Amino acid sequence: MKILVPIKRVIDYNVKVRVKADHSDVDLANVKMSLNPFCEIAVEEAVRLKEAGTATEIVVVSIGNKSCQEQLRTALALGADRAIQIDTEEKLESINVAKLLQKVVEEEQPQLIILGKQSIDSDNNQTGQMLAALTGMPQGTFASNVAVEGDKVNVTREVDSGLQTVALNLPAIVTTDLRLNEPRYAKLPDIMKAKRKPLDVKPAADFGINLAPRSNVIKVTPPAERQAGIVVSSIDELVEKLKNEAKVIS
Amino acid sequence: MSILVFAEHDNKSLKADTLKTVAAAQAIDGDIHILVAGSNCADVATEAAKVNGVSKVLVADNAAYEHQLAENISLLVTELAADYDYILATALTTGKNFMPRVAALLDVAQISDIIAVESADTFVRPIYAGNAIATVQSLDSKKVITVRSTGFDPVATDGNAEVVTIDSVQDAGISSHVSDEISKSERPDLGAANIVISGGRGMQNGENFALLEGIADKLGAAIGASRAAVDAGFVPNDMQVGQTGKIVAPNLYIAVGISGAIQHLAGMKDSKVIVAINKDPEAPIFQVADYGLVADLFDALPELESKL
Ligand SMILES: Cc1cc2nc3c(=O)[nH]c(=O)nc-3n(C[C@H](O)[C@H](O)[C@H](O)COP(=O)(O)OP(=O)(O)OC[C@H]3O[C@@H](n4cnc5c(N)ncnc54)[C@H](O)[C@@H]3O)c2cc1C
Ligand SMILES: Cc1cc2nc3c(=O)[nH]c(=O)nc-3n(C[C@H](O)[C@H](O)[C@H](O)COP(=O)(O)OP(=O)(O)OC[C@H]3O[C@@H](n4cnc5c(N)ncnc54)[C@H](O)[C@@H]3O)c2cc1C
Repeated sequence: MKILVPIKRVIDYNVKVRVKADHSDVDLANVKMSLNPFCEIAVEEAVRLKEAGTATEIVVVSIGNKSCQEQLRTALALGADRAIQIDTEEKLESINVAKLLQKVVEEEQPQLIILGKQSIDSDNNQTGQMLAALTGMPQGTFASNVAVEGDKVNVTREVDSGLQTVALNLPAIVTTDLRLNEPRYAKLPDIMKAKRKPLDVKPAADFGINLAPRSNVIKVTPPAERQAGIVVSSIDELVEKLKNEAKVIS
Repeated sequence: MSILVFAEHDNKSLKADTLKTVAAAQAIDGDIHILVAGSNCADVATEAAKVNGVSKVLVADNAAYEHQLAENISLLVTELAADYDYILATALTTGKNFMPRVAALLDVAQISDIIAVESADTFVRPIYAGNAIATVQSLDSKKVITVRSTGFDPVATDGNAEVVTIDSVQDAGISSHVSDEISKSERPDLGAANIVISGGRGMQNGENFALLEGIADKLGAAIGASRAAVDAGFVPNDMQVGQTGKIVAPNLYIAVGISGAIQHLAGMKDSKVIVAINKDPEAPIFQVADYGLVADLFDALPELESKL
């Protein structure tokens, strides 16, 4: 079967962002960008399904400007077969990302679509679920295990109370959680090979979708700073402070 | 204006977080209804009817809703949405799972994880692991919103709302429930606890979490963990606190053997008082701690337990 993996270029998870002085947005100038960690897990899962003989082809797609080709090449080096960049300079909201992805799904007809559960920049946690609704597919979100069995996929989900397993009719949508797998590192020969794998560029405007924004960002501010604390020298002092100064234990 | 609040529950009792989502609804101001969708969930409906500020409780009691499958719940909520200007759910696993489906079916954006209401169309939400706070104005006529519980105080429960039965059964027929593996604990819920004590990689293994249990018992605390402790298999996934785990803001958060990565801080830095116990004086956790103790946790924890 064919697997589609939508991936996103985001700020590297090690970088602590700063808000711009004019409070219009965060400052991403000269900041290290990477493949969203949850998307990396999504690519890895697809590659493992291919290695196991379940999948035959892996297509990765990213919506963004030319710079997201870097992350598409990363995914190709990790084992994806083919890439699509949907070219736009806009920072699209999840609903519009999902609408563009719906068109890709109609064209590619994948049996399984694996996305990250959230991107670590906007933390929306929406795109996979929205794409599932638009395509009428079932969804297994926050997956820690994926098992394809015949015309169904069993997905074990990380939920607030523990784990839940659901059975979904294929085609289906899966979004990845942290424990699904541990992504591999791309090897140098694979990085070289990835440069020759096909990467199609399609302008977002060609999809005939109204991509007008649904919201205005009024401002982006830094969070409230915590007051500097103190170092206590003993457990006795700690217990005394918690009882008498902070008054959080009795 | 009319607001539908989706109730989080386990078919037996209403999750306390729903009271905070109702508080967010009150901040928007309008006629507030609660939807209880489940199976054999009459007790939840009775509880929901007592939530202050709510005029009506809609109950959809059917096997199709037993496991809160997103495919079925989203169809039900989308159908009901015709009568509402706002749909609110708590940003917990159920709400996070089905709400974006509702938004897509209604062709609107979703505003995720709001921590404050500025006005009827403007909301505040953390982005970038809480390192930036965005104020966002929604341009959609219907607003689909998930609410982060730590941003709101619960409403009281001495109300008396009308309870109405919803007969609509929405079964998409494309997914089914297989099994649950529920972590059992006598301790308070991580999200609801007044005190949380969390262990990290420094705990070394799962058995050593017993050192935290003795203290948690004395304090009536919930136990949490860092991602590293969960990934290493010390404790189950539902104990992970952080950007991509549970978000908590108790009165007291005690971090033990946790370095204080951005992603962990995102889940606990709004706690009222933070204590860090770590043997490395340079650990970033000390930058957010009100009280830091530089010590080996294997010495500190038994002593702390004995002195409480
Ligand atoms: C200050 C600020 C506030 C914002 N607030 C909101 C808001 O409240 N609501 C809102 O809808 N938008 C908001 N946005 C816009 C937000 O940045 C975009 O919605 C976001 O970039 C797209 O969704 P996501 O990445 O968060 O999706 P998520 O649902 O978090 O991403 C999950 C997965 O979807 C896939 N995916 C996401 N984006 C792409 C892509 N471009 N190409 C390919 N795959 C992709 C990936 O597999 C990813 O792992 C805000 C933007 C700013 C600057
Ligand atoms: C996409 C993504 C999402 C993530 N989401 C989360 C999340 O939700 N939650 C989360 O927690 N992390 C998350 N992380 C992981 C995060 O980046 C850190 O790796 C993790 O929080 C580290 O856990 P730790 O502090 O327990 O381990 P470490 O960083 O290894 O720290 C262990 C600490 O224990 C101390 N220590 C060791 N032995 C002792 C001793 N005997 N006595 C006292 N102190 C001792 C050490 O000094 C050290 O500071 C995420 C990462 C990514 C990439």
